[in-house]
Amino acid sequence: MTSKNLELLTIAGLFALLLIAPFAVYPVFLMKVLCFALFASAFNLLIGYVGLLSFGHAMFFGMSAYVTAHAVKEWGWPTELGLLAGTAIAAVLALVTGMLAIRRQGIYFAMVTLALSQMVYFFCLQAPFTHGEDGIQGVPRRPLFGLIDLTIDLNMYYFVLAIFALGFAIIYRTIHSPFGQVLKAIRENEQRAISLGYNVDQYKLVAFVISGALAGLAGSTKAMVFQLASLTDAAWQMSGEVVLMTLLGGLGTVLGPAVGAAVIITMQNYLKGLGDWVLVAQGVIFVITVLVFRRGIVGEIGAFVAKMRDRGHKSDEKPEALSSAPPH
Amino acid sequence: MFELLGVSPQALFGQLLLGVINGSFYALLSLGLAVIFGMLNVINFAHGAQYMMGAFVAWMCLNYAGVPFWLALLIVPLIVGGTGIIIEKLFLSRLYHVDHLYGLLLTFGLALIIEGLFRHQYGVSGLPYPNPLPGGVNLGFMFLPYYRAFAVVFSLAVCLGTWYAIERTKLGSYLRAATERPELVQAFGINVPRMLSLTYGFGVALAGLAGVLAAPIYSVTPLMGSSLIIVVFAVVVIGGMGSIMGSILTGFGLGLVEGLTKVFYPQASNVVIFVIMVIVLLARPQGLFGTPK
Repeated sequence: MTSKNLELLTIAGLFALLLIAPFAVYPVFLMKVLCFALFASAFNLLIGYVGLLSFGHAMFFGMSAYVTAHAVKEWGWPTELGLLAGTAIAAVLALVTGMLAIRRQGIYFAMVTLALSQMVYFFCLQAPFTHGEDGIQGVPRRPLFGLIDLTIDLNMYYFVLAIFALGFAIIYRTIHSPFGQVLKAIRENEQRAISLGYNVDQYKLVAFVISGALAGLAGSTKAMVFQLASLTDAAWQMSGEVVLMTLLGGLGTVLGPAVGAAVIITMQNYLKGLGDWVLVAQGVIFVITVLVFRRGIVGEIGAFVAKMRDRGHKSDEKPEALSSAPPH
Repeated sequence: MFELLGVSPQALFGQLLLGVINGSFYALLSLGLAVIFGMLNVINFAHGAQYMMGAFVAWMCLNYAGVPFWLALLIVPLIVGGTGIIIEKLFLSRLYHVDHLYGLLLTFGLALIIEGLFRHQYGVSGLPYPNPLPGGVNLGFMFLPYYRAFAVVFSLAVCLGTWYAIERTKLGSYLRAATERPELVQAFGINVPRMLSLTYGFGVALAGLAGVLAAPIYSVTPLMGSSLIIVVFAVVVIGGMGSIMGSILTGFGLGLVEGLTKVFYPQASNVVIFVIMVIVLLARPQGLFGTPK
């Protein structure tokens, strides 16, 4: 069995689990995990496969949440159109911010995206339609296609699962397409990709737009699940959280971000009453992951499985996304 | 009195002064970031948290030990810088061989820990710090509080002193040499790992110093660092981290621009620095003082 088949088998198994999960676990919790799993997977497309660390993905998540909530609540749009509107806005925002951010590399890219997302945050703080500190509350869950009642949590859950599956499939397809191979080439050696004739900036921009749009889809879905869009979704802490989820799960692994999201959301749930300790705990996880297991949970498991399978054989596949310092 | 575009000179110069004060904090912080980045290739995300720590340690010194402001101005940067050296020895020094982004992620985690601990202990409502230099002088067109004048002059002096130390002294030349070719400098018998620790400690001490200076002007709160550091990142992108003098000029200049925006178009004062960053990215992506790769 090849490692790709093993990966597909694991994914299929996990989806089968997710189909029966709502009968064992509170559906709203599961929906939150799925939203953040999609968010983190979208983020991972950039950091894991292009090597670009965006510290501003909350702008897509938060902006889409606002747009979807506003369209559904104030304009009376149906759920599916509201989600599309949110995703479309995120794609446009990603196109504009991406064109600016890809003008710089490395840590400058991180700082530029962080600053741009702070700009979006201030826009959300001051624009009248977002209702400032209150956010947009009580967004109605209108029936899906006018048929399926989404106010029932179980129906909503399967809808969210379908959205997650769609988003995940897009990311999976992107990674394993020729386009995705070029992205990896850019990650490994940008100069060489340029010299091979690839328009590196264009590839980066398309990846940025796909990532931003899917992060937006996650934010829109979250707004429908909790019937709420608020400033928390657009704040820099949210950008930090998605970095943490992806790092903990494993940068550049297909399943890592989803696993990381599940772990972090579960932790937040347990530490809910402890207030500021959540912040401290997240900081500690950051430090430990960076120092001790940079490959993340899934990356470490993958490395272990690979080691078990071909002892003595070639083991040149490195799941670690950012393995070595680039030469000066 | 005359009015300029419907703005009284009192309001105009008052905001300009506040702008210069903010500018001096931008300059101190971006200078520290540039020094650390130049030597360690790490963007210190904990810089805002360390600035906040400076203000808090000054507050603690005053309230728990009765240490006056002027003494705190000396010892707090040493304390905060000391914690920086410990951080470098314990954590950062393990990351020099991997991608620079991990340094950013590590210091981001440290910032969360520091901010979380102070929030847990002191809450998010601000703590007052008494003005060590009350009173001021009426210059006719504006009222100049003594302490604010002192804060600007003092931080300018520290910035220029740092520039002199790095660009014009022997120690500074070692530092610049080690930035370019660490292995070669090590071969000449200079202890590069110790230089890395001291550089990080120095950059962090600058952040702590900015925090002490800020304590009497703004209320001391655990949130004061995180919002500031994002603006400082934008300042760094605008200026480019290649030049020490560039960081200083960009910091003060952007503070002034922000102050002016507050007078003439207050709605945009939060974002004006980000807008300038966008313009700079379009026109001169390497930054005003950066060198193209």
